[in-house]
Amino acid sequence: MILRYTLQRLMMLIPVSFAISVVIFMIVYLLPGDPIDNLLRVGSSAEDRAALIARYGLDRPLLVQYFVWVGNMFQGEFGEAIVLRRPVADLVVQNLPYSLTLGGLAFLFSSIVGMALGAISAVVRNPVLDRFVRGFILLGSTVPGFWLALLLILFFSVNLGWFPVSGAGGWKALVLPVLTIGFGGVALVARVTRVALLDAGREDFVTLLHAKGLSSGTILFRHLMPHALLPVVTILALRIGWILGGAVTVEFVFGRPGLGSLLIRSLGQRDYPVVQACLLMLALAVMLGTLIGDVAQASMDPRIREKKS
Amino acid sequence: MKVSGMAARSLDAFARMSIGRAFASGVGMVAGGFLVLLVLVAVFAPWIAPFDYADQNLMNANAAPAWPHLLGTDEFGRDVLSRVIYGARTSLSVSATAIGISMAAGMTLGAAAGYFGGMFERVVMTVVDLTWSFPDILLALIFVAILGPGLTSTTFAIAIAYLAQFTRLTRAQIVRLKRETFIEATINLGAKPSHILLKHLMPNAIAPVIVVGILAIGDGIVLEATLGFFGLGAQPPTPSWGAMMSSGTAQLFLSPWVIIFPGVAVAVTVIAVNLFGDELIRALDIRDRLRGA
Repeated sequence: MILRYTLQRLMMLIPVSFAISVVIFMIVYLLPGDPIDNLLRVGSSAEDRAALIARYGLDRPLLVQYFVWVGNMFQGEFGEAIVLRRPVADLVVQNLPYSLTLGGLAFLFSSIVGMALGAISAVVRNPVLDRFVRGFILLGSTVPGFWLALLLILFFSVNLGWFPVSGAGGWKALVLPVLTIGFGGVALVARVTRVALLDAGREDFVTLLHAKGLSSGTILFRHLMPHALLPVVTILALRIGWILGGAVTVEFVFGRPGLGSLLIRSLGQRDYPVVQACLLMLALAVMLGTLIGDVAQASMDPRIREKKS
Repeated sequence: MKVSGMAARSLDAFARMSIGRAFASGVGMVAGGFLVLLVLVAVFAPWIAPFDYADQNLMNANAAPAWPHLLGTDEFGRDVLSRVIYGARTSLSVSATAIGISMAAGMTLGAAAGYFGGMFERVVMTVVDLTWSFPDILLALIFVAILGPGLTSTTFAIAIAYLAQFTRLTRAQIVRLKRETFIEATINLGAKPSHILLKHLMPNAIAPVIVVGILAIGDGIVLEATLGFFGLGAQPPTPSWGAMMSSGTAQLFLSPWVIIFPGVAVAVTVIAVNLFGDELIRALDIRDRLRGA
C-alpha cells in the first residue's frame, strides 16, 4: 500500500519537475543581451555569427532546444561555467556534500532539540517557560537568518573566539551555521510537539494507562510520544524547504562552500549555466524533501493513504 | 454599483470593525503605534534624518556611535541613523508595493478559480501548489535571476514569492462562501456572476486576505533585506536595510554598528507586524478561516 502511495506521489512530481525545468531553462532566454555577441570576435562576418549560432543549436526551435537541454541535464551535462571556466557538473559535485552536511545537521538539530524542548514544556507546564518558548518562536520566524548569522559571528567568533568566522574546516566551522538554520526550526518543532503531547494526554486511553498504574515516564515515552509524532513529522517535512532556503543564506554569510553560496556568487557574476544547475538541484531537493515527508506521514497514518489514493 | 465604491465600503467596514479593536489591546497598541510611527518616519525621512543618506566623510569613517552620529558612521563616513531612516522608505515601499501586487493578482486568480472552477481552477491551482512548496527565498532568487538585480525585480520577485498564499486563501474563502444560503438565493434571483462575485462574495472573503497581506508585508521586508544583503536588491548608494548590512560585513570587526542597527530595524519592524497581525486575527475572529487554506 505504501509503495503504491509512493509511486502515485512520484507520478505527481513529473508535471511539477517539467514546469520547474521550463522556468529555469527560460532564465537564459529572458535575459537582456545575446550570449552569442560575447563569443564573437570583433570584425567577424555574418557567416561567422551564423556558424556559432548553429554550433550551439540556437537556430533550432525553442522547443527542440529545451528538450536537448533537459536531455543533457539528465546525463549530468550541465555545460561549462562561463566565469569559473570549469564544467558545471564538477562544481556541483564539489559543493553538494557541504550543503547536504549542513542541511542534514540543521534538520537533526531542530528536530531533536525541538522535540526535547516541546516535551519538557508539555510535562513541566510552566507559564514562564511557555512564554519563553513563544517568544523564541516569534524571534525564530521573524529575525532574518543572515543577520542572526552575523550576530553569532560577532559574539562567538570575534568576541569569544570559540568558532572560526568563516570557512569549512572541521566540526567547529559547522556549529554556528547549524545553530543559525536550526534556530527557527527548534522553536517551531517545540511548539508543535508540546501541543500534540497535550492533546494526546487528554485522550481516554491515557487515563486508562494511569489507572493501570504505569509510571508517567513510561506513558510519556511509550504511548504519548508515538502519538504526538505525526504532527511533528508533518511540520518537519515542511521545514525541509525552509532549511534549504536557510542554507543558501547561511552558506553565503559564513563563506562556506555549498550550492547556496555557489548560486549567490554566480548570480552576482551572471554565470548562468551555474545558476541554472544550482537552481535545478535545489528545486529537486525541495521536491524530494516534500515527497519523503509525505511518504513518512502516510506510512504513519493510514487515513492519509486512504484519502489520497 | 461601482466596484470601487463597493470595495471602499467593505474596506471601510473592515477598518472600523477590526483596526480599532486590534489597537485596543496593549500589545496591539504598542505594535500598531510603532508601525504608524515607522510609516511617518519613512514618509518624512528628509526632515527627520539628521544627515543626508549619501553624504560621505572619509575623515570620519567607521566612527563608533556618539554625538552627532548617534548610531555611528559606515566605511564612507555616512551617518548610519540617517541611512536607517531612509532605508525604512526603501524597505516599506518595496515590500508594501510587492505585497499589493501579489494580493491583487492572487485575489483575482483565487476568486476566479474558486468561482468558475473546472479546468481553469485546476490549471491555476496546479501552478500555485507548485510554487507553494518552495521556500520564498528560492522563488525570489529564480525571478531575480530572470529579471536581473535591482529594486524593480526585487519587487516582482517578492510579489511572485507570495502569490500562491493569496490565491489559495482567496479560493478557499470563495469556495466556502459559495455554499452559503444567501449566495444560492442571489443566484436563484438571477444575479449575474460578476454581481455575485464582486458584491457578495468578495466583501465577505476580503478580511482574512487583508490580514494575511499585512502579515506578508513583514515577510516581504525580510525577503527584501535578504536580497539586498546578497547585493541583488537596492544598488548603491540607495539605502536599504539589507544592502547596508551587505556592505557592513566587510567591516564586521571594525564597525559592527553598521550591521547591528539595520538588523534591529528589520527585526523590530517584522515583530511589530506579526504582533499586530495576530491582534487583527483575534479581533476579527478569523483564525479558523485562515487555517482552512
